[in-house]
Amino acid sequence: MEKLGGLFNPSSLEMDAMTDLTVYIIVISAAILGIIAFAVAYIIIRYRKKPGDDTEPYQDFGSLKLEIVWTAIPVAIVAVLFLLTCSTMNVIQPPVKDHEPDLVITGHQWWWEIYYPKSGVVTANELHIPLGKYLLIRLESIDVIHDFWVPELARKIDAVPGHPNYMWIEATKPGVYLGACAEFCGAQHANMRIRVIVENEEEFKEWEKQQLVIPATPRAGLAGEGAKLFQEKACMNCHTIMGTAAAANVGPNLTHLNKRQTIGAGVLTNSPENLAKWLTNPQKYKQGSLMPNMKLSDNDVQALVAYLEALK
Amino acid sequence: MSSRIPIVPENTEPLPRLRENEGMLSWVASVDHKQIGIMYLICCMVFFLIGGLEALLIRIQLAQPEFGFLSPEVYNQMFTMHGTTMIFFVVMPFLIGVGVYLVPLMIGARDMAFPRLNALSFWLFVFGGILIYYSFLTQSGAPDVGWFAYSPLSEKPFSLNKGPTYWALGLLATGIGSVASGLNNVVTILTMRTPGMTMRRLPLFVWMILVTSFLLIFVIPIITSAFAMMLLDRLLGATFFTPAHGGSAILWQHFFWGFGHPEVYILILPAFGIISEVIPVFSRKPIYGYEFVAGSTVAIGLLSLGVWVHHMFAVGLGDVTNLYFSFASMLIAIPTGVKVLNWVATMWGGKIIFATPMLFATAFIIEFVIGGLTGVAIASVPIDWVVTDSYFIVAHFHYALFGGSLFAIFAGVYYWFPKFTGRMMSETLGKWHFWLTVIGFNLTFFIQHFLGMMGMPRRTYTYHDFPYWGSMNLISTIGAIVLAVSVLVFVWNILQSLKRGEKAGGNPWNAWTLEWATTSPPAVHNFDLVPPVRGRRPLWDLAHPDMPDEPDAKVV
Ligand code: HEM
Ligand SMILES: [Cu+2]
Repeated sequence: MEKLGGLFNPSSLEMDAMTDLTVYIIVISAAILGIIAFAVAYIIIRYRKKPGDDTEPYQDFGSLKLEIVWTAIPVAIVAVLFLLTCSTMNVIQPPVKDHEPDLVITGHQWWWEIYYPKSGVVTANELHIPLGKYLLIRLESIDVIHDFWVPELARKIDAVPGHPNYMWIEATKPGVYLGACAEFCGAQHANMRIRVIVENEEEFKEWEKQQLVIPATPRAGLAGEGAKLFQEKACMNCHTIMGTAAAANVGPNLTHLNKRQTIGAGVLTNSPENLAKWLTNPQKYKQGSLMPNMKLSDNDVQALVAYLEALK
Repeated sequence: MSSRIPIVPENTEPLPRLRENEGMLSWVASVDHKQIGIMYLICCMVFFLIGGLEALLIRIQLAQPEFGFLSPEVYNQMFTMHGTTMIFFVVMPFLIGVGVYLVPLMIGARDMAFPRLNALSFWLFVFGGILIYYSFLTQSGAPDVGWFAYSPLSEKPFSLNKGPTYWALGLLATGIGSVASGLNNVVTILTMRTPGMTMRRLPLFVWMILVTSFLLIFVIPIITSAFAMMLLDRLLGATFFTPAHGGSAILWQHFFWGFGHPEVYILILPAFGIISEVIPVFSRKPIYGYEFVAGSTVAIGLLSLGVWVHHMFAVGLGDVTNLYFSFASMLIAIPTGVKVLNWVATMWGGKIIFATPMLFATAFIIEFVIGGLTGVAIASVPIDWVVTDSYFIVAHFHYALFGGSLFAIFAGVYYWFPKFTGRMMSETLGKWHFWLTVIGFNLTFFIQHFLGMMGMPRRTYTYHDFPYWGSMNLISTIGAIVLAVSVLVFVWNILQSLKRGEKAGGNPWNAWTLEWATTSPPAVHNFDLVPPVRGRRPLWDLAHPDMPDEPDAKVV
């Protein structure tokens, strides 16, 4: 059997707590539903009108005692539920105080910007985090409301323009986790995906070091031609590549694009063929995306792909 | 008996007389509450077919991962219009319409307090619906920002098309009509009851319409002001809801849910009222715990005004705020639970007749309990953080609104159709409709609880091929197709029964409230003679003079 995701595979301290609470609630709810369904089923069998019996049943107007009992029972259930809620919140939301965030994630229509303020790493749509570290994440939005949701790892939290939010997360199992934007944010809300790569401390450090290296700009060959095109065409108006003049923030930072697993916030896996398809007509794969069709010639596409492939 | 001081001034001008002009004009010009009620029901039926078609298109698009049946733009228009239609143009006007038809009859009155205002409310509703649907014909298409139209997405910089403008204008118009309906109901119920019909003898349906009407009066103006601000933003460049220019994105949500949460009780309380009429009649027993059923309605109405932030737990308003609203939301479970138990107790020990209205009422109890229990679950903040904006929520509110409101509406249609038309609906087709609805509904929505817990976000036109997502979504789509068939059976039943249904007579179900004391359909003036009211079940008292409900009650 393939592994189920989401709540069925909690992989962080926070999700463990929330999953436990959900399980309690499901058990309580199932019991209540069971009792009521059983009562109704019993009534249907027992109190059906018999053919030919035209008398009226005993006219019963109610009982104060019973009303008090069945007001008290839900009061007790609600009290328990509320206490459980408070204690779970305590686990998930320790106070922020004057912590500096370890990560700043910014929602854009329809991709995620990721910034590590402590090291200065900037990337997009793929988030690397070390295993077993308590991290404080700050959520922001540049345009409309988005919502950061990686079902196995964390609570949902909105990215609201003008209203930064904070969230703690401590991953407990290594692996790749897929997430998505959960708040409807326009045409391509469905394809605003995110991947979280949880790796052990050394791997993470290694990745971080590599992300800080500014890749050399190719000067010759097809890749060199691509590098020139990138500056000449409108690409640089929207994207950043460290070490070049391109420094805009409308689209994702492409500095280490080659190291990423997907393009278009998860619409295509990252391969030279897919990159070529994307550059030829992004609207075909992500209709409504804010990256326009640049009407590039096949030759230009090949050159740009060669350049982007060189950005390791 | 003290003299009754008329609070509502009498009309000095005569109202247009009915059936003066036969045909269409007698309807269009009508100020008779019964004709207006019927027109509400017909319009709601049309909108229900449209909203259902939109739902079917949504579900077909989601039948497979990465399916290309609808483009993202069209999908977004479909789910926006589906939600908007079902809430504002199906369930809400339907319940208002049933109320308009029945309230005067149930309290033994000749008409609503303000018959012309009643007609205005209806026509504003029609006008709003046409305005919103007209947007499909404009170049930029229908609204596509969700039925809650969160800012700043619904603001000019991010939605240059005109859809959201039509949306706000259309709902503004219907909203004004709804406030007028609410006022009309309150005045009618408080001032036009027949002698002997004290508040404690009011049919429960009328009680629930009364509470609903107060909610309408209190909360619709909230959203009406928000629509006005949104229109100022969109048309005149004000920036109430655009943070980039000093506005607030969250403010819209407070307005929207300050209205939107009570709105879901506006959609469910009259449905509770229908259930509270149907279950006793078909169990042959009085409602169990009348005071508690009525009182819990008032409690729900009051509590519903203070819980809107449970739609905003993920917005980041702080733990204290979230916990307060979490607690208040959970409290609603108490009066709601009381109601459910009283309905079950009413059936207990009865001699139950499972005609179609009772089938729907019984199924309502189970489906609504499922929706209610998931509702309590998501009132808990951490659980909400897990499942909000996922398919779990889609499942939850369809159990409440479809399994709840709509099942009650079906029960009500089968119950009162003989009164509205003079003819019975076909029981055979009714049973087909019932079973197809129950099977289709649960097939469509139960599985969505799991999809949501597995991480499927809502309002997405497509999804990745994760393990089991494709097959679970396919099951859901098959359920939607079964539902579509059930709706066709229902429509067919109505059309057939109108033509050749069995003649109903005044009181085919042997029921007890006043609307059954007149002919079916009722005469223009409603009653030749209103029977004396000496208890909650005037027709029971007439039929059983030896054991009236209130043996000591005096004739008035
Ligand atoms: C005919 C059977 C129905 C089916 C198959 C159906 C299906 C759906 C689906 C699949 C969605 C989710 C769309 C998305 O998230 O992208 C949805 C949303 C919705 N439905 Fe239904 N639905 C049905 C009936 C109803 C009824 C009777 C009501 C209310 C009285 C209703 C109210 C809503 C609302 C308010 C939304 C939310 C729209 C939004 O997210 O903005 N639906 N429906
Ligand atoms: Cu988003």
